[in-house]
Amino acid sequence: MSKIIYKEKLSDNVYKMRLEAPLIATERKAGQFIILQVDEDYGERIPLTIADADTEEGSITIIFQVVGLTTDELSRMNVGDDIPVLVGPLGNPTNIENFGTVVCVGGGIGVAPMHPIAQALKAAGNKVIIIMGARNKELLIMEDEMEKIADELIVVTDDGSYGRKALVTEPLKELCEKEPKPNIVFAIGPPIMMKFCALTTKPYNIYTEVSLNTIMVDGTGMCGGCRVNVGNQVKFVCVDGPEFDGHLVDFDNMMARLSEFKDIEKEKYQCYIDLMAEAKIAENESKED
Amino acid sequence: MSFQAPEELSKKAHELYEQYIPKIDEIKVKERIRIPVQEMPAQDPHVRCRNLEEVAIGYTAEEAQIEAIRCIQCPTQNCVSDCPVNINIPLFIEHTAYGRFQDAINVIKEASLLPAICGRVCPQETQCQLNCSVGKVFKTVDKSVSIGRLERFVADLEREKGNVQIPDVKPETGKKVAVVGSGPAGLVVAADVRREGHHVTIFEAFHKLGGVMRYGIPEFRLPNEIVDEEIDTLRKMGVEIRTNFVVGKTRKLADLLEKDGYDAAFVGTGAGLPIFMGIEGENLVGVFSANEYLTRANLMRAFDKKHADTPIYNSKIVAVLGGGNVAMDSARMALRLGAEKVYVVYRRTEKEMPARTEEVQHAKEEGVEFLFLQNAKRILGDEKSRVTGIECLRYELGEPDASGRRRPIAIPGSEFVIDLDTVIVAIGNSSNPLISSTTPQIKTNKWGNIIADENQKTSMDRVFAGGDIVLGAATVILAMGEGRKAAATINELLAKEIEEEKLKKVN
Ligand SMILES: Cc1cc2nc3c(=O)[nH]c(=O)nc-3n(C[C@H](O)[C@H](O)[C@H](O)COP(=O)(O)OP(=O)(O)OC[C@H]3O[C@@H](n4cnc5c(N)ncnc54)[C@H](O)[C@@H]3O)c2cc1C
Ligand code: FES
Repeated sequence: MSKIIYKEKLSDNVYKMRLEAPLIATERKAGQFIILQVDEDYGERIPLTIADADTEEGSITIIFQVVGLTTDELSRMNVGDDIPVLVGPLGNPTNIENFGTVVCVGGGIGVAPMHPIAQALKAAGNKVIIIMGARNKELLIMEDEMEKIADELIVVTDDGSYGRKALVTEPLKELCEKEPKPNIVFAIGPPIMMKFCALTTKPYNIYTEVSLNTIMVDGTGMCGGCRVNVGNQVKFVCVDGPEFDGHLVDFDNMMARLSEFKDIEKEKYQCYIDLMAEAKIAENESKED
Repeated sequence: MSFQAPEELSKKAHELYEQYIPKIDEIKVKERIRIPVQEMPAQDPHVRCRNLEEVAIGYTAEEAQIEAIRCIQCPTQNCVSDCPVNINIPLFIEHTAYGRFQDAINVIKEASLLPAICGRVCPQETQCQLNCSVGKVFKTVDKSVSIGRLERFVADLEREKGNVQIPDVKPETGKKVAVVGSGPAGLVVAADVRREGHHVTIFEAFHKLGGVMRYGIPEFRLPNEIVDEEIDTLRKMGVEIRTNFVVGKTRKLADLLEKDGYDAAFVGTGAGLPIFMGIEGENLVGVFSANEYLTRANLMRAFDKKHADTPIYNSKIVAVLGGGNVAMDSARMALRLGAEKVYVVYRRTEKEMPARTEEVQHAKEEGVEFLFLQNAKRILGDEKSRVTGIECLRYELGEPDASGRRRPIAIPGSEFVIDLDTVIVAIGNSSNPLISSTTPQIKTNKWGNIIADENQKTSMDRVFAGGDIVLGAATVILAMGEGRKAAATINELLAKEIEEEKLKKVN
């Protein structure tokens, strides 16, 4: 059980929460994640990256976008509420070294998990160039935080409503062409973005680390639901990852696997939204009485 | 044997009861062995294949007594030596025959802590019932005394009557023991160590306790209620329980011992790493490990489609690859989740299948189709990467291999395709590396199993291990047996230390 001690709406559908979790706060390292459930008996288990931790307060920060049933229910919880199931830190930490020049690419909500990694890379003495992108201005998060870390910050939006009108791969390509070339690239975001980041850096032979967010159940290597093909080998994201060499990941298979339960989830989510709407109507009606 | 309605079975048993029980002391051995085996009453297969309720209903008292008088109280007592925890089986059966059911369960509990569970899931036909003298007379284990069913009967009766006693706990000693994992091995260690007055904390990665008994073995074979009862007893004994705690991740094992004041630790983390076949198409959408499939259905309650948030695949035609209990459970669960057709594909023949006979029997009655001497060669998919079928090969049995079983040999050119939408891989588990990879002091063998000596001691000081993490995927009773041994060693170690500390104080 873990109490919500802070909640903030970062953009239309994106929330930030600090959760009481002293042990996880002490043990976690950049790149690791937690699994939570909003209901102990009937909830599903979803992985979320640990965006930050405060060992003094004994808390961790999560940032999530409402994309389905569980994130929706989570977004409706408030400060003081308990999250019944929270387990972590899971997965392997990011390998942080002084690589030289690094490029960190964060797309959409992927900026959140990129933050602690960029922070650690900076602390390790790297020159950190950050590319962050979103579909539009409203969906950009954590610009100030990234600004603080970055030696160079490039902001792009798909529609040009803020920063440069481009996909993240454009500035990435430019950086790869410039001398000195980046020594390593980290990319976190939607699978399709990571796929194209990896395709962009491939011709330049620049190692590109991607962080995968697959479907998970246990998060401890027990179910294999999180498996992906990496260099023609089967890997479990929760115990072998979550970070892998982007040039070896079979993104197409991963995206197909991510849609495994899409129809069922949509149906469940629709039922849930209908229920919430009904509850709202009932509430309004009782107010009118 | 085909299905017989419970009413019919109990009627037949009643007649035998009237005939034999009044003259119970005079029944000759010859007569005893002629009494027919009392079959396990079960739900009608057509009904049960769509519900999650327990399939086997359990004996009536009369059925239990009749089955018990089939035991000839032979002097060889193979059943006792073949039982991994050496329950005094003839004695408990004798009590049962005379209707002294509480005495019977007391005898069992001297050796086994989880009789209601073992009576349901133990592979009796390869253990206590294997060399039963009654079965030997007929040269078939099918005719052996149904020890497991009797065990279940007396354990259930005690529970239903509310007679289960909370074991006495000795005064607090101030010693602390960490139990990692809450499968049968961990639960038994917790109970046995707590009884001696030591503080016990169970650390469990999941949000619910019970290990495989919770997430793997389905409700229709082992109701959650029974596992809950055992855990409740532990709580009442004062065992501390910490769920959502992954030792090695949330806290290192060494830290528990060095920083958190635990005097000893038991590792019972099980064999939870699914093995895949390494064939083409195994990552397609619609291919699941049995662990994933069963965990979604059991632990995450996806069977209850209306209430559970966790989704499960809507399957029409399913192939389960494998021939063990895990395969049977997956196949039968798929039926219950609405599949129209379920195949079990197994490389060898029925004789070599490691699953409990009762499970195979039940699966057949429910309509699961067995494809023996066949095996998947690759899994086929469509342009959306969804499973559309499997290509199988036929096999024949060749010379016996190292295990004494005849080795299946593929018949070249025998490929054929089965159209289907779901594949469940149930070919086994290997050991979970979470603890060993974060605790270099613990030595493992080449399969990743933790090495423990005959007292369950590992290579790390104060750390003991048992169950599937040591044995590889084994059984509930073997896990329990190792737990008992580990607890005895831990209790001995702590008692010695307490003694030494006392001496030091005196001096
Ligand atoms: C589907 C299925 C059906 C089966 N049917 C039968 C049967 O009919 N009869 C039979 O005798 N046996 C059966 N078995 C085998 C039997 O269940 C196991 O042999 C037995 O449960 C092993 O017990 P265990 O205590 O060693 O571990 P488990 O029951 O595997 O429990 C281990 C526990 O440790 C937890 N854990 C793991 N790592 C950590 C960690 N790092 N920190 C904290 N907790 C951790 C796990 O979450 C789990 O709860 C079956 C197995 C399966 C999968
Ligand atoms: S989530 Fe189950 S193995 Fe990774």
